[in-house]
Amino acid sequence: MTPGGTPGVPGVVVVTGVGRYLGAHVAARLAADPRIERVIGVDAPDAGTEFTDLLDRVERIRVDSASLGGLLADLDVDAVVHLALVTAPDAQHGGRSAMKDQNVIGTMQLLAACQRAPRLRKLVVRSSTAAYGVSFRDPAVFTEETEPREVPRGGFGRDILDLEGYVRGFRRRRSDVTATVLRFAPFIGSTADTTLTRYFAQPFVPTVFGRDPRLQFLHFDDALEVLHRSIVEDHPGTYNVAGPGVLSLSQAIRRAGRVAVPVLEPGLSGAAALARTMGFGGYGLDQVDLFVHGRVVDTSRLEQEYGFTPRSTAEAFEDFIRAHHGGVVVTRDQLAAAEQLVLDGIRQVRSAVRERP
Amino acid sequence: MTGPGQGRDPQGVGRFDVPRRSPEPAPEPARRNGHRPAAQAAPTPADQVDATTSGGTGPAVPDRPGDHWDRKVANGLAFLRRRLSGDYEVDEFGFDPELTDAVFHPLLRVLYRDWFRTEVSGVEHVPVDGPALVVGNHSGTVALDALILSAALHDKHPAHRYLRLLGADLVFRMPVVSELARKTGGTVACNPDAERLLGGGDLVGVFPEGFKGIGKLYADRYKLQRFGRGGFVSAALRTGTPIVPVAIVGGEEIYPMLADIKPLARLLKLPYFPVTPTFPWLGPLGMVPLPSKWLIEFCPPIPTAHLTDSADDPLVVFNLADQVRETIQQTLHTLLERRPDPFGP
Repeated sequence: MTPGGTPGVPGVVVVTGVGRYLGAHVAARLAADPRIERVIGVDAPDAGTEFTDLLDRVERIRVDSASLGGLLADLDVDAVVHLALVTAPDAQHGGRSAMKDQNVIGTMQLLAACQRAPRLRKLVVRSSTAAYGVSFRDPAVFTEETEPREVPRGGFGRDILDLEGYVRGFRRRRSDVTATVLRFAPFIGSTADTTLTRYFAQPFVPTVFGRDPRLQFLHFDDALEVLHRSIVEDHPGTYNVAGPGVLSLSQAIRRAGRVAVPVLEPGLSGAAALARTMGFGGYGLDQVDLFVHGRVVDTSRLEQEYGFTPRSTAEAFEDFIRAHHGGVVVTRDQLAAAEQLVLDGIRQVRSAVRERP
Repeated sequence: MTGPGQGRDPQGVGRFDVPRRSPEPAPEPARRNGHRPAAQAAPTPADQVDATTSGGTGPAVPDRPGDHWDRKVANGLAFLRRRLSGDYEVDEFGFDPELTDAVFHPLLRVLYRDWFRTEVSGVEHVPVDGPALVVGNHSGTVALDALILSAALHDKHPAHRYLRLLGADLVFRMPVVSELARKTGGTVACNPDAERLLGGGDLVGVFPEGFKGIGKLYADRYKLQRFGRGGFVSAALRTGTPIVPVAIVGGEEIYPMLADIKPLARLLKLPYFPVTPTFPWLGPLGMVPLPSKWLIEFCPPIPTAHLTDSADDPLVVFNLADQVRETIQQTLHTLLERRPDPFGP
C-alpha cells in the first residue's frame, strides 16, 4: 500500500527470458529507470537476437539455467524477475518437451538458485490465469483464492500449476523474500505477437460450436507497467492482472470484423492434437479449453494494492484491432452503409407508392 | 386491507396487482430501467414515440406520426447492425441484456402470456432495488419454469428487474444451452457466483430442489423435494440478503412425467429420461408443452440481515431452509385450491 514510496527499489535486477518479447521489453524498461543501478538479462545460450537493439542498456548473460545458481550469488542480486515462460510449444525449438523443460525445470532451477542468493529481497514471477484450470463447475469469476477444480488438459496450464507450486515452496523456505506472483490474462496490444493475436489476425477465425466463451485481455503496456511496479514497489502476494470487463469471443470476432467458423468441439480437439503431432504448434488444448470455458478474473486486489487499473479488455482489444485492420472482412462502416441503404430503399419505395394515387 | 406486512409498499401494489392483460406489456420494458449502457441513445422513458429513430443515422425524409412500421424496421436494422459489429456489452457472467430484451423475452412472453395464461401475484414482495434471493419450486421435466419466472418477473415488476438464474453444471456442460443460459443472465449454481451477484445488488433466482424437482414423476406433483445442503441460505446469510420464496403452479402439467427410464438416462449421462404422454412417442411434437394454467405467487421476503454471523451455523441454515420450504409448500396448496382445473382458462 505504498505506491510511489521507494524504499524497496532494488539495485541489481536479473530478468530471465530477455530473448523473448515480454522479457526484452521489461528489461529495457527497468534499464531506463534511473533508480535501478544494474539490469542483467539472463537468457538461454541458443536464444534469438531479435531484440538486441532494445537491450543496449541491459547486460546480457547467456547461460543455461543449470548454472544459474553460482551466477545469482556472485552478482549480489537484489531482485529477480522470472519471465522465461513458453506459452505454446514451438516445433522449431523442440516442441512440447522443450517447453516443459523451460517452464517447469527452468523455474525449479531458477528458484533453487534464488534460494541460495543471500542478498535477494524480491522475486517477481510471471504466471497466468490458466492457473485456475478449467471445469464446468467453475465459478464465473475467479478470485485469487479460487482453487483449480480440475487439472487442465493443456500443457501450459499444467506447467503453470507446477510453477505456482514451486513458488509456494520457495515462499515457505525464504520468507524474507518478497515474492509476487502475477497471473496475467492473455496479452494483446498493437505490437504484441502471441498465439491469440495471431488467431484474431486471421480473416476467418475457428471457434467451438455452441460455445461463446467470455474472454479477458491485458494490454501489453499495462503488463509492463504492473511488472515495473512490482519491482520498484513492494507487493507481496498473488495478483490477477487483466483488463476489467469482458468480451465474449463472438463479440470480439465481430468487433475485429472477422468471420467466425464454428467447429464441433471433438473435431477441434482432434485437430489440435493432430497439429501438435504434425509439428505445427500454436493451437493446443490450452486454446481449445479456453474457447470452451472462457476465463474471467477479479482484479480488485490488484487495483487496491497497486493503485493501478489496467485499461479495460474492450479498450485493449480496440487497440489491437486498430493495428491489425489488414484481415478485416466486414467493417463497421460497411454495416452502417448497408443499413442506410435498406432504410433509404424503403423510404423511396414508400414515397413512390404514396405519390401514385 | 393494509396489514402490517404490506404497509411499506403502497405505490407498488395498486398499480401492479392486476397486470394480467394489460393491452401491451411494453414491447421493450427494459429500456426504462437504465440497464442499457451509454452506447444507445438516451432511453427517455415511456414516450418512445418520436425519440428513437435508427441509431444515429438521420432520416432523409422526416418521419410522420404514422410511420410506426418504419420505426420498427429502422430499430430492427439498428439492432442487427449493433449485433453484427459487436457493439454491445456483456457483463462478467456473460449476461447480454440487449439480446435478452430483444430476442429471448419476447419469445418467453408469448409462451407465458398466451400459452400458459400466467397470473402473477405478490410481485410487490420483490424489492425494487438492492439484492434479493428468489427461491422457487422446480418442476416440469424441462426447467421451463425458471425461464417463465424470469420473464414474467421482468415484465410485471415495477422496476423491470432481471432475475439472474443459477443453473446446474449440467446446463453449462451442454453446448448451445450453456451459452443461452449465460446470455440470459444465468450462471453456475455455486456460492462464489451467488454471493458475487448478490453483492452486486442483483436479483438471484435459485431452485434448491434441482433435478430432484424437475425430474419427479407426475404422481408426486407439487410435493417439494429435499432442499439439499441449503447452500442458497448460506449465500443469502453471508450477504445479508432477504429471501423471497416463490410458488409456481402449472409447471408440473406441461410435460407430465409418467415414467423414468433409468438405464437410458445412465447411458446418456442424464439425471433422468422422461416418458410423458407425448414424449418420446410423438417425436419432436412431444416437445410441445401442454397448455396448463400457471399461477405464480411471490411470498413476503424473509429478512436475513440480522443473521449474517450465522452463515456457517448449520442449525440456522437448515431452519431457514425449512422455513422457506414450508412457505413455498403452503403457498402451493393455496394456489392449487384457486386453480381446480389444471387446464382451465
